[in-house]
Amino acid sequence: MSHPETRARFASAIGTVAGLLAALALMVGFFSWQSEYFFSADTFVTIANDIPAVAVTAVGMTFVLIIAGIDLSVGSTMALAAAVAGIAMLQWHWSLLPATGLAMLTGLVVGAVNGAVTVAWRLPSFIVTLGMLEVARGAAYIATDSRTQYIGSRIDWLGKPIVGGLSPAFFIAIAIVAAAQVVLTRTVFGRGMIGIGTNEEAMRLAGVDPRPIKIAVFALAGLLAGLGGVFLSSRLEAADPNAGTGAELVVIASVVIGGTSLMGGRGSVASTFFGVLVISVLEAGLAQIGASEPTKRIITGCVIIIAVVLDTLRERRKKS
Amino acid sequence: MTSAPSSPPADAGAPPAPALLRGRGIGKTYATPVLAGVDFDLHAGEVLALTGENGAGKSTLSKIVAGLVQPTAGTLTLAGAAFAPASRQDAERQGVRMVMQELSLVPTLSVAENLLLGRVPHRFGFIRNEALDEAAARQMALIGLQDIDPRLPVSALGVGYQQMVEIARSLVGECRLLILDEPTATLTSREIDHLFHQIALLKARGVAIVYISHRLDELRQVADRVMVLRDGRHIDTRPMRALVQADIVRSMVGHDVHEGLDRAVRPRGRRALAVRALGRGSVVRDVSLDLHAGELLGLAGLVGSGRTELLRLIVGADRKDCGAVMLGESDAPARIASPVQAVRAGIGFVTEDRKSQGLLLPQSIRVNTTLANLGAVARFGWLRRDTERRAVEHLRELLRVRSDSIEQPVDQLSGGNQQKVVFARWLHRDCDVLLLDEPTRGVDIGARADIYAQIDGLAAAGKALLMVSSDLRELMAQCDRIGVMSAGRLVRIFERGQWTEQLLLEAAFSAYAAADQPVPQEQPA
Repeated sequence: MSHPETRARFASAIGTVAGLLAALALMVGFFSWQSEYFFSADTFVTIANDIPAVAVTAVGMTFVLIIAGIDLSVGSTMALAAAVAGIAMLQWHWSLLPATGLAMLTGLVVGAVNGAVTVAWRLPSFIVTLGMLEVARGAAYIATDSRTQYIGSRIDWLGKPIVGGLSPAFFIAIAIVAAAQVVLTRTVFGRGMIGIGTNEEAMRLAGVDPRPIKIAVFALAGLLAGLGGVFLSSRLEAADPNAGTGAELVVIASVVIGGTSLMGGRGSVASTFFGVLVISVLEAGLAQIGASEPTKRIITGCVIIIAVVLDTLRERRKKS
Repeated sequence: MTSAPSSPPADAGAPPAPALLRGRGIGKTYATPVLAGVDFDLHAGEVLALTGENGAGKSTLSKIVAGLVQPTAGTLTLAGAAFAPASRQDAERQGVRMVMQELSLVPTLSVAENLLLGRVPHRFGFIRNEALDEAAARQMALIGLQDIDPRLPVSALGVGYQQMVEIARSLVGECRLLILDEPTATLTSREIDHLFHQIALLKARGVAIVYISHRLDELRQVADRVMVLRDGRHIDTRPMRALVQADIVRSMVGHDVHEGLDRAVRPRGRRALAVRALGRGSVVRDVSLDLHAGELLGLAGLVGSGRTELLRLIVGADRKDCGAVMLGESDAPARIASPVQAVRAGIGFVTEDRKSQGLLLPQSIRVNTTLANLGAVARFGWLRRDTERRAVEHLRELLRVRSDSIEQPVDQLSGGNQQKVVFARWLHRDCDVLLLDEPTRGVDIGARADIYAQIDGLAAAGKALLMVSSDLRELMAQCDRIGVMSAGRLVRIFERGQWTEQLLLEAAFSAYAAADQPVPQEQPA
């Protein structure tokens, strides 16, 4: 913290993270008060083991939003990647590790296509990935023969507790969040993403080609969604062609709650992780106090809007 | 044509009539005071020039009057009544209007729609196009823009025309007090004449005008009194005719500014860049020039004469129809299809519009400075933060960028300091050829001197420099040669000693003299 740079970053990160932590504390307090079972190690372990799929996908989405793009296809990509992993394990008798690799490769290809089409024809990524949402979902149905393929215990290792009740998936997700935060703040690639999101034309005129960076970001988002798909499968012990339906919205909501701007140029992977926590704690807590599904959805929606309003106000105050 | 102030009472030191606008003890404090204890009077029918270095408080003071910013101290009185506009709309309702330096037009809407934005004539919500066009045409005729089709989208116009449309817009509706912030920054001398003529008409109608400008020679033509601010304080207000330029500049910066009109020609090195028969449609036609290491070649011309477009063709930002660009002394055409390749080939481009095309505004000075050369502060893709910080600190001091730290976002800097950051970027990149498009636009005299010093340093270091400017005095003071563009052609290149303002202007108009090329936005004299 010797440099002003570090201090400024630190202060800004603290601002967002402090807000998110306060929100988390409030929710935990409220749910603990409402339900005597909420405040327990069991609850927190359950939440921790529930978040890896959304968390790793949200990491990729954070990058996509930072370059002022959006990826609506991640939910379908999760299902397709999980289906591919399922086939590899069931039909070709691959073990978990190479099957996971293949799933991530599938996601990478899907994401690279998103990026390449967006860049090549200068299309809005909203439209391209909206198309891909359908394409990848359809492909997932074909791959699974439109049935949930039961994989069983060969895949659930990822979701099974190893240390303190926490699963390997959780630790992998934490490691990816940390690595991605470093990539964002400490690498030329990260700087390129922020530049593109802030002013793509200025980047181009400064001699930085935005195209490879954009394609790489979408490819990375696909790859991480692929891993998220495997995490999802490991919870379900199956490859379900309907898995991850609507996940893109939860993922985008988590990223936005974490303070990443939909307009691009501003964001943090670390605070995305807290955004994921906010949504998960909310879901778990509401379930535990017996809120009905419709009520849960209404409350979650309101929380998303309130989070963004607060973040916007904070940014404006900082500016003036 | 509009050199003499036309309303006699405005000249007097203490006019008998009560002031239209009176400010007493005006102050504004953000984290630090930017304006303190400013008193002033503004009379109907006078032009009060407001000048001072960037950061002197000109913009803040005018924004307070226009309702964009609320003062933290002092009171305003408009025509005897307390005046505390809560918003720009509030001020406009009371007849106080401001033309901002940054254009606020909607690019996708037509000229007419922009002019009458918010008061488009309609019936049951449907736009009455004839009435709209008619009203717009009337407004445009007011400032000599009758040649422009009011149905053209604003984005189809050059920056110069857009500025004129912006001014025309502020004249729609009641206007008692008009604030013009650097209105001539992008205008050619013809357009400036039109503007001054319009200002004279407004004065005759009794409109009070606050005129903010860095161009002191203009103030002589247009202003009745000059008010100088320095560091947020009111230094002096005097009748214009009692002042000479050196006086104003001295009270602004506290020391004489070297004009450099008598500079020696810089030694010309090897050829760094050659342009051969370069063309794009009717915008740039058959342009050839050689640019040498160590020289500053200026490009003069009217707005729309193809100067910016020529630079964009050279760096590959637009696609050329014909011609070639050669690097160094090679005769083989260089493959430059994009600015990315241009930068790799050692050609840097300081764009005219630094906010939309140059800077990452919300990002820090540090991020903006190293953008074009991240490789120099990274190893294997990893940024070396200490290296980066040292490099940026060094450049910040070298260029005297006034800022809190290298972490300050550039959108918090003044125009001159923002431009210095753009320069810092290209110094960091160390290009052999640097194309400068209006590098001192919206930059105050003090910062200008710093930028000229950098240009000198770059030339002395053997860089080849090509500079577009609409300020002939600047070109004449700084350049070794001046090329003049007219209707897309490079009509002549003057050597130092050959040019006069008259000759340069004649050349700028020369290609429009041919009957098939109407002069854009301007009628022949």
